[in-house]
Amino acid sequence: MKTRRIDNYGKINRDKILSFSWDKKNYKGFEGDTLASALLANNIGIVGRSFKYHRPRGIFSSGVEESGALVTIGSKDRRDPNVRATTQELYNGLEASGQNAFPNVNFDLAGINNYLGRFFAAGFYYKTFMGIPPLEWGKGTAIWMFFEKFIRKAAGMGSSSGLPDPDTYEHAHDFCDLIVVGSGPAGVAAAIEAAEKKLDVILVEQDSLIGGNQLAENDFDNSQIKNQLENLGIKIMTRTTAFGLYDNCVVGLLERVTDHISAPNVNFPRQRFWTIRAKHIIVGAGAIERHIAFNNNDIPGVMTVNASKHYLNRYGVLTGKSIVIATNNDSVYETAHQLSEAGANVTVLDSRTNFEIETNKSFEIRKGYVPYNINGSKKIDSLDISKSETINKSETINCDQVLLSGGWSPAVHLLSHRGVKPKWDYKNACFLPSDTKENITMVGSSRGLWNKNDCIASGIAGTTSALNRLGISKTNYFFPKPGGWKNPIQPLYEVKYKKSRSKSFVDYQHDVTTDDVRLAHREGFISVEHLKRYTTLGMANDQGKMGNIIGLSLMAELLNKEIPEVGTTVFRPPYTPVSIGALSGRNVGKHFRPLRVTPMHQWNIDHGAKMIEVGLYQRPWYYPKENETLSDSYIREASTVRKTVGICDVTSLGKIAIQGPDSNEFLNRIYSNGFSKLQVGKARYGIMLRDDGIVMDDGTSWRLAENEYFMTTSTGEAAKVMSWLEELLQTRWTDLNVNVTSVSEQWAGVSVAGPKSREVLNNCVDDSFVITNNNLPFMGVTSTFLKGNIPCRIARISFSGELAFEVYVKSDFANTMMDLLWENAKKYDGCLYGLEALGALRVEKGHVTAAELDGRVTIDDAGLSKMASTKKSYIGSAMRKRGVLKNNDREILVGFFPVNLKETFNAGTIVCEKNNIKGQGIGRITSVTYSPELGHWIGLGFVKGGLDKWKDTNLVGADPVRNKQMNLKVVSPHMIDPKGERMYA
Amino acid sequence: MIRINCPYCGERDHSEFSYGGDATINYPSLDASEKDWTEAIFFRKNIKGFQFETWHHSNGCRMWLVVERSTVTHEIKSVKPCHPDLQKVVENNK
Ligand SMILES: [Zn+2]
Repeated sequence: MKTRRIDNYGKINRDKILSFSWDKKNYKGFEGDTLASALLANNIGIVGRSFKYHRPRGIFSSGVEESGALVTIGSKDRRDPNVRATTQELYNGLEASGQNAFPNVNFDLAGINNYLGRFFAAGFYYKTFMGIPPLEWGKGTAIWMFFEKFIRKAAGMGSSSGLPDPDTYEHAHDFCDLIVVGSGPAGVAAAIEAAEKKLDVILVEQDSLIGGNQLAENDFDNSQIKNQLENLGIKIMTRTTAFGLYDNCVVGLLERVTDHISAPNVNFPRQRFWTIRAKHIIVGAGAIERHIAFNNNDIPGVMTVNASKHYLNRYGVLTGKSIVIATNNDSVYETAHQLSEAGANVTVLDSRTNFEIETNKSFEIRKGYVPYNINGSKKIDSLDISKSETINKSETINCDQVLLSGGWSPAVHLLSHRGVKPKWDYKNACFLPSDTKENITMVGSSRGLWNKNDCIASGIAGTTSALNRLGISKTNYFFPKPGGWKNPIQPLYEVKYKKSRSKSFVDYQHDVTTDDVRLAHREGFISVEHLKRYTTLGMANDQGKMGNIIGLSLMAELLNKEIPEVGTTVFRPPYTPVSIGALSGRNVGKHFRPLRVTPMHQWNIDHGAKMIEVGLYQRPWYYPKENETLSDSYIREASTVRKTVGICDVTSLGKIAIQGPDSNEFLNRIYSNGFSKLQVGKARYGIMLRDDGIVMDDGTSWRLAENEYFMTTSTGEAAKVMSWLEELLQTRWTDLNVNVTSVSEQWAGVSVAGPKSREVLNNCVDDSFVITNNNLPFMGVTSTFLKGNIPCRIARISFSGELAFEVYVKSDFANTMMDLLWENAKKYDGCLYGLEALGALRVEKGHVTAAELDGRVTIDDAGLSKMASTKKSYIGSAMRKRGVLKNNDREILVGFFPVNLKETFNAGTIVCEKNNIKGQGIGRITSVTYSPELGHWIGLGFVKGGLDKWKDTNLVGADPVRNKQMNLKVVSPHMIDPKGERMYA
Repeated sequence: MIRINCPYCGERDHSEFSYGGDATINYPSLDASEKDWTEAIFFRKNIKGFQFETWHHSNGCRMWLVVERSTVTHEIKSVKPCHPDLQKVVENNK
């Protein structure tokens, strides 16, 4: 093949020369080139190696349907694989390289795969490596996993850099009355008509220029159209792909902001991901020319006819010297004429015998002929042709290029995203869009119109129909009938090769041949969806834009059916690939999710806290003194709490204000334990069950006044509990007069725990009388003032098992409260303690948290049966008694000690019987800690049958993930102070 | 993207809402039998077409709504507050 730039053709800017590199060699192109046109202008024919067989591949198209010229752009952390060279605009300094080849695309060692073709047929990987019989499942999978990395390396395309993406991406939103997708004659006519009727219009074009397929015409100039659109106030978005349609006329757009610029402004995002909410959508997405399957139809130099026209008239590149055009329709003749005028020697093979076409006889037309086989490997040497009536090689034509047109497929993809199935049109041999009730209208060649005047008329009709649907006007309209060629198309999908082992490609990008489709059929994959998955036809990133119809026609032939009876595969978003970066937008790194901090966050950090994430919250983890490790620190903190006093930020707990005359009744229904007798000035620990009898959450509720309560929930379930209470009040118990309000952000809370906690508080409150043992007994609540006239709520609640208080002030006073408490705690050699020490203290006491209450555990499993009232009914009270929750072998909460007290263990350890170490064992360890009080490691967890069954038996803690195993003893979960004497002190 | 016309806030994207469940269930009284509760919480119809379902405007006004939505097309026919008294208020304000 000889491709070259020619004078006086194209719309490129020849005054602006751009240099770029291909496989590390430098070349020149012009402003207005794509990478593909620049490569062709430099006579570079081989641009990639194919997916499975590593066959040399060239440029097949000039657009988004490209399935050969997939290249890697950029280097280092900006390496972007699988970019279509046909849509990549050239810029100065662009670095591009070929893929799937070693050392390069011209000489590829893995090209040997081409000769091993039969091993790579459809389903080869599945058959060979997945679950090889008679080996059992697990072993087959292991073999697959072993080979997978080699296979993926051999069969694949470009690879990503593996480095963090240095670019930024943006999410943006917009609204409009009408969005028009595609700026061909139909889309432009629709947009102008709508803007003239005062609609707010957005016009979207994936190309850098507006005009659609008119850009392939030698006399086309879009400047006038552009002016007209702009003067009408139409928002034109070029380099922007409508990749998907969603419910309620929402359109997803990907705008490529800087992908065409050599050194973009760093303040620009690389790409922008748009969500457009429109009232009506008009799709003029055009049509895509198909190829034809015949032997060696993938040799570099094969291209669609329309692509060649683009290269000639838009880029000034003549793609061949001796060109054979193979067609079954009228669309190629203008191109044939122009190519011969530009200096090529052109022959047209038309599969039809009986048709009339006007030409100036500058090229030869062979009526009733089809392409049969290409001779050559890295380039085309010649083409064997056949009569279309009886297929067999009849003669050979020397040529360096073969252009194909097997008909045109309207781009119905976007409509298909809405679940609208296209219908097969026999006359035009293509799928046409069906009607939809949604406000979506297809116009132009994407509804099967092949001439420009029809396209324009359809655009105007499309807007008129939109105006009618939106209730703005009531005007009659009609759409032109599909078609528009003088002579009918003759269906032609495959020219069967007579010899065995043909390489007639249906899907270039995934190397799917006609033989693969037949093999799949023989093996019983006769549904289109199965065929697609088994052969991977249409599953590459071009989604079979060129090859799908050929695959369907082969299947139809094999099944003795018509194409519409075989069905069509459903197109799903995105129309063309969307980068992960664009999907995530700015939601990366620290912006990945919202960050919640407590009002004393900075205070905690200033006082040496190391923080940890708990849900969205940042909480103090531990407060190391110099050189202390995490364990040094938490052991010291927990010991200090048991010895004197500690202060811990507990603001992240959920807090809900419950008010109204029926509040008590409400609480009595949602908690499993009784609340009806809770007096004003008292708090109670409560457990909430779900409807199905499983524990939902635990917390406390404080009765502040007759009809006013303050509820705390766990940190993790706070949002869920709030929604649940609202649901109950708004949907189920609508007669209850109760109001619930989230006050989590309004109150800052600390726990003051330890034998000296009362002394510390004594010095902090205005009136120390209110917190004496008599006035504030265990579970007592008081509303009082901290020194400095700061209103506060105090409850005598203990999570650590020590004498302890929870103190809440309005969030604005958080720092003042911390200063005051800390100043006084220091007088008693107290400490600040974090989540790790809190965990140690509660595990010692056998208190459960989210690690235990994981949505599978019942109140009995958690050893809290006494919390389940027998005197009332409550949410979950009926269902907690159902059979499966009452089985004898349920896992019950217990404590664990290592038999050898010097040993450690981890959460996640599986508890097994000594002679039966396998599977899920008989239990699990959910929380572990070093117990400063006991002087060894302890754990909480569950075991079938509970303490009673295993208290005298040594069990095994198996930790296969960490390759560890040790002997365990089952103990009561209340590992210290089981009678709770310290709390009541 | 599904859009729900909240009677309090106006039309909003579904990302502001949380899905609840079947809005037609009559939950039994708390002292009802295990059998009644099993019926209420485990047995669901798999409707093809319009169904009544609850949605919580969790990132909005926090109201629970009954939405009549097609499971096939996502078309929404009606949106009402769950609470019957609020339904009346909304009706009267139309
Ligand atoms: Zn709302």
